[in-house]
Amino acid sequence: MSEALVKPLRLVRTRRTRTYVWTAAAVLLLALPFYLDRFWLQAGLFAMAAAIGAIGINLLTGATGQLSMGHAFFLAVGAYGYCVFAADGGDGLTGLGLPTWLAAVLAVLVAGVAGGLFSPISGRLSGAYLGIATLALVFIGQHVMFNAHDLTGGANGRDVPPLNLFGLTFDDRELLVAAVPFGSAEKLWYAGLVVLLAGALFARGVLRGRPGRAMNAIRDHRIAAGVIGVPVARHRAAVFVLSSMYAGLAGVLLALVFQRTVPDYFGITLSLEYLAMIVIGGLGSVSGAVAGAVFVSLLPQLLTRYSDALPLVSAPGTGGIAPGEASRYLYGAAVVLVVLFLPGGLVRVAARRRVTTHPGEER
Amino acid sequence: MSTFAEILLNGVSLGSVYALIALGFVVIFRATEVVNFAHASLLLAGGYVTATLHDDIGFWPALLAGIAGAALVGAAVEFLVMRRYRGADHSVLAIVTIGVDILLTTELTRRIGTDVLVMGDPWGDAVLKLGSISLAHTRIAAFVAAALLITAFLLAFRYTSWGVAMRAAAESPETAALMGVRLGRVSLGAWAVAGGLAAVAALFLTVFPTPGLERATSLAALKAFPAAILGGLDSTTGALVGGLLVGITESLATGYQSDLTFLGRGLGDLAPYLVMVAILLIRPAGLFGTKELARV
Repeated sequence: MSEALVKPLRLVRTRRTRTYVWTAAAVLLLALPFYLDRFWLQAGLFAMAAAIGAIGINLLTGATGQLSMGHAFFLAVGAYGYCVFAADGGDGLTGLGLPTWLAAVLAVLVAGVAGGLFSPISGRLSGAYLGIATLALVFIGQHVMFNAHDLTGGANGRDVPPLNLFGLTFDDRELLVAAVPFGSAEKLWYAGLVVLLAGALFARGVLRGRPGRAMNAIRDHRIAAGVIGVPVARHRAAVFVLSSMYAGLAGVLLALVFQRTVPDYFGITLSLEYLAMIVIGGLGSVSGAVAGAVFVSLLPQLLTRYSDALPLVSAPGTGGIAPGEASRYLYGAAVVLVVLFLPGGLVRVAARRRVTTHPGEER
Repeated sequence: MSTFAEILLNGVSLGSVYALIALGFVVIFRATEVVNFAHASLLLAGGYVTATLHDDIGFWPALLAGIAGAALVGAAVEFLVMRRYRGADHSVLAIVTIGVDILLTTELTRRIGTDVLVMGDPWGDAVLKLGSISLAHTRIAAFVAAALLITAFLLAFRYTSWGVAMRAAAESPETAALMGVRLGRVSLGAWAVAGGLAAVAALFLTVFPTPGLERATSLAALKAFPAAILGGLDSTTGALVGGLLVGITESLATGYQSDLTFLGRGLGDLAPYLVMVAILLIRPAGLFGTKELARV
């Protein structure tokens, strides 16, 4: 970075290119629903939801060094919380019938409260210890989802009421925009983009400001952080709460995309997937979380779509490697390889190409 | 009363199996300071080798092959992955083991598919009657095997030069290295031993009354994590006590399930985690873990 200061011209140039890149990306993202079919829009929406959740866990694991295997639990709290608050109780399950926007907000808050209830543990345990302790959350969550039938609909799950915002309902009633029929996926696409952008900006603010420095200090040297006056336990607990709120938000979005929530989805595999995302993308940064989330969540979709054309991969049930398994091999291997050979993840690779650092600056 | 005794004995037997798994987990942690999230997949690997080979070469050779196979997988993970990491941060290595776990578990569950593989053990579903208490032979065998292995391990840990090297490396890697302890070998040995112990545990997790080795076996193996952490990750005693505690609670929760229906079905699978959370609330370092003290 210091090199950039020495060469102000170059800084201006990178800034300008960056603006162009961002504008182009924004235009592209806004235009996509007019061109892509439903399959890809849904894949994109999964990626957005995953990105929100991954930002949350990256604040916790990447920036603060606290491992969490319980992210799936908070996703579930968000998803089911939304259903409980928004449903009108017509299907015989508990539903409060609140306005759906309020239900979404409340679901995120409930996820935060659930994270707060865990704070006696999340504030005191460090690193991998917390990782194992949070395993408990996944199993408790699964137990509740299967057994609290009135709230969750048991093993069959429950329907998700569509979001309704300013009189616009995000369901499949078609709406023609510029001669393109807009179903739920097209409409949710924009909602997802707005939420993701807001979440990313907020997280960036947290990371760049005072709390972010405190979090990094805790990760790098807990005792030194305590000595210079960072309240370690309070920060750890607070980050845990924030990260669970991100997970809750991701859960709400996922529920809206799926249109039905089932307990099997929110298992230990999902938690591992989120950890894989942030490691592959890059620990401790917002862009890393987003990059990793896009990679991990689009991979199975890509493999499913093109399974005929790919060697080794075949449709599920035909004896070969199913797309889901193939993608797990790929991201499992990616996790190992990235940590061993690309510390910093995908984002770091991109950054290295952009700014050539002094040889001495690299570890 | 007799049901209580029966449940308790079953719990002790199950607990000793968890203790075996947790012990391997703690050994790896002590030798290398790595929390090994791939432990459940090591166990699955050992069980898979035993289950596929017992038809051809008989049960006992198959069991040995399973132990050797899991030890080999463990050693391979250490040699091919852990050793390649050059950084200093051990929590990053914990994440690497998650990657390894994803790979191994995907491969093994793909091979197992929806099948339930039997282990071909000689005990079958025979039951021993002691008065009004009935105990499955497999449970007795599990307890005896676990007790023998754990004793042998603890003795080796205390008296052999391998054990001394291991403890020295855990105490202070740098000093140990200066004294001529080869740290690479110590950690390779730790991974291999942990794999072997996990393979034995795999056998006893999948024999009667459980139907056999299936995808969900790795979930059963995960219960050794709470066992290890509630005892204290760096304590072998803790692993034993934690294992027993988890086994007994699980057994009690399953046994008295009908009296606890208001808590929902499948409580036995949940109980270990609830115990862990309860203990961590009171003692964050676990029952026997060393409380982290630091001099600045």
